[in-house]
Amino acid sequence: MTQPIPQNGTSKFVLEARSLGIYYGNFRAVIGVHLPVERNKITAIIGPSGCGKSTLLRAFNRMNELFAGTRIEGEINFEGQNLYDPSVDPVEVRYRIGMVFQKPNPFPKSIYENIAWGARIHGFKGNMDDLVESCLRQSALWDEVKDKLKQSGLALSGGQQQRLCIARALAVQPEVILMDEPASALDPIATLKIEELMQELKKNYTIVIVTHNMQQAARASDYTAMMMINDERAGTVIEFDETNRIFTNPKDKRTEDYVTGRFG
Amino acid sequence: MKTLTPAPSPKGRGESTTEYNVNIEGRNRIGLVWTLIFQASTIAGIIALIALLINIVDGAFGYVAYEAKVDPASLAVDGISLEEQSKEQLVVLLKSKLSSGAFNKLDKDKPFTDRSRADVYQVVIERIVKYKVVEVWNLWPSLTQGAEIRVEIAEKYPNAQLKFVSWLTADFITRPQSSEAVSTGVRTAILGSFWTIIFTILFAFPIGVGAAIYLEEYATDNWLNRIIQTNINNLAGVPSIVYGILGLALFVRALEPLTSGQIFGLVDPTTANGRTILAAGLTLGLLVLPIIIINAQEAIRAVPQSLRKASYGIGATKWQTIWSHVIPNAMPGILTGTILAVSRAIGETAPLVVVGASTAISFDPTSPFSKFTTLPIQIYQWTSRPQAEFRSAAAATILVLLIMLLSLNASAILLRNRFSRRY
Repeated sequence: MTQPIPQNGTSKFVLEARSLGIYYGNFRAVIGVHLPVERNKITAIIGPSGCGKSTLLRAFNRMNELFAGTRIEGEINFEGQNLYDPSVDPVEVRYRIGMVFQKPNPFPKSIYENIAWGARIHGFKGNMDDLVESCLRQSALWDEVKDKLKQSGLALSGGQQQRLCIARALAVQPEVILMDEPASALDPIATLKIEELMQELKKNYTIVIVTHNMQQAARASDYTAMMMINDERAGTVIEFDETNRIFTNPKDKRTEDYVTGRFG
Repeated sequence: MKTLTPAPSPKGRGESTTEYNVNIEGRNRIGLVWTLIFQASTIAGIIALIALLINIVDGAFGYVAYEAKVDPASLAVDGISLEEQSKEQLVVLLKSKLSSGAFNKLDKDKPFTDRSRADVYQVVIERIVKYKVVEVWNLWPSLTQGAEIRVEIAEKYPNAQLKFVSWLTADFITRPQSSEAVSTGVRTAILGSFWTIIFTILFAFPIGVGAAIYLEEYATDNWLNRIIQTNINNLAGVPSIVYGILGLALFVRALEPLTSGQIFGLVDPTTANGRTILAAGLTLGLLVLPIIIINAQEAIRAVPQSLRKASYGIGATKWQTIWSHVIPNAMPGILTGTILAVSRAIGETAPLVVVGASTAISFDPTSPFSKFTTLPIQIYQWTSRPQAEFRSAAAATILVLLIMLLSLNASAILLRNRFSRRY
C-alpha cells in the first residue's frame, strides 16, 4: 500500500539529500552527497563533465531507475518523507517534482495538447482553456503562441519549445521543478529568456538546475552546489553555499580553480 | 581536372609531403567503380521485375482459336439469332436440347424463374453451344505472326473462329470457376482470398502488436525473454509449408469443432470438417505473426526515448505513456510492417494446399466455415493443367493478384501518411 507524501510542508527545505550514493550496477557514480534545497529558491548544481550532476538531479524525482536502472543508498527527503521509501509511489514523486530536460522534447502534438495532456491524466476538472493560458503566460510564451495553439509544438523554435516544456511541467502544478541544463541547446537570447523565467517561477516553485554554464549559475541561482569527482572516481558535492559566496569567496581550492576557469 | 598548386610543407610534419600518396584521382576512380556496381545491381533487379511482368502480360492476352460444338447460327428461332432471344425462348431451347434430368438439375440448383437472362444465356453457351478452345497464342506471337496464325488455323480447323482476346475481363473477375477455360472466372478465389486475409489480420494484428508492446516496454532483459526473442526471430524464417502442417494438425484436426463452426451450430452444409476459411486464416495468421511482432518491435523501438522521459517527467504512469505516446508514434511503422506481412500472406500457396484449400469449387464462400479457394491456389492449379488455355487464365489471375497486392500496399501508404501527418 502506498502512502501519500505530506502536502504543503512549511519546513525551510523542500528537498534534502542525505548521505546519498547512486550506483549504476557496480559503478558508484555519486557518493556521500548532502544537499538541502530551500523552498522558493533556485539551487544550481555545477561541476565538470561526468561528475554526476545530472545523475544527482534525476535522483530527485526517481527518473534514474526508469532508464538507467540505478540503485541508491542514503535518502532524499521530500517534505520530510524519504522518496525512496518502499511505501512511496514513484508516479506521485514525478507528479509533484517536475522535470525539464536538456534537449527540448515537446510531445508531437499541438501546443494546446502538450499542456492539456499532463493535466488531463491527473484528472484535472477545471477549465482547460484557462489552465493552458495560465501555464503559457507563466512560461512567458503566451503572446508568441496564442494564435496558433492548434499548431504542432515541434513547429516552434528551440527556445520556444523549451519554454513550452516548462509550461507543460507547470500544468500539473508541481512543487519542485528540476532543470537539467535547460539552456545548453539554446542561443544566448533564448537562454536569457529562460533565466528571466526562472526568476519569475521561483515565487511559486522551488527550482533545482544543473548547468555547465558558470555565468548562468552566477546570474540566476541563489545557492550553488559544486560537484567534483573524488579520488575513487565517484562524484560528490565538495562545496555548497550561497551563490555569490561560491563565486567570490570559495572555501575549497578546487571550487576556486573551477569558477575562475583555471580548469574544467 | 585542374591541378592545384601543392601546399607548402607544414611545420613539424617532416621534411616534405612525399610521405603521403594523396592520389585523389585513384580514390575517385575506386568510388566510381563502386557506384557503377551498385547501379548495375539495381538495374539487374529492375530487369528481373520487368521480365516477370512481360511474361505475365504475354500470357494474359493473345489469339484464341475456338470451335463451337453446335453452331450458334443453327439455334436461331424464327430468324431471331441466339444473342437476341428472350429469357423464355432460351429456357425453351434448353428444355428441348438437354436431357430432362440435366434440365431438372439446373432448375433445382437455381430455379429458372429466378435466373437473369444473362445467366440463362451463359448456361446455353456452356451446355449447348459448348465453345471449345483448340489453340491459344501468347501476346507476342499474336502481334508479330498474325497472318501465319490465320493461315494455320484455316488449314487445321476449318470450322474454328479466331479471336484476339484479353483473358482478364470484367467477366473473368465476376464469374465463378468453370471447367472450360473460356468461361472460367476467379470470383470464388477473390472472395476466398479476401475472407481468409480478413481472419489473418483479425488474428495476427492484435496479438502481434500486443506481444511487441510487452517485449519492448515491459519485458526485462533476462534469459527467458532473450530466449523468447530469439525464437520469434527464428520463427520468422520457418518455411511456410511447416506452418501449413501445423495448421493442419492444430486448426483443421485438433480444433475441428471450432473451425468447422460445430460449436456455434453453424456448420456449412458443404463441409463436414475443419478445412474452412477460418482454419486457413488462422494458419496464415500464425505464419505472419512473427513478422508482425518483429516489425512492430522495430517501430516501437524507434520512438525516441526523450518522449517517454517527457511523459514520465510529468507523472504519467507506464500505461499512460505507452497508450498516449508510444503507440501513436509507432503506429505508422506498425502499419507498414503489418501490410508487408499481409501481402506475404495473400501470396502464400503451400500452407493452404496442406490445410486443404479446395481446387475446384464454383460457389462463393458464405461464412468463415465455408470451403474455399484462393487466388494463388487457383494459379497453382491452373498452371499445372495440361491445356494451354488454362495457363492464359492463370496469367490473368496473376494480374488480378498483383492488382490486389498493389492496391493493398497503396492503401497502407495512405494509412501511414494519415497517421504520420498528424504532427
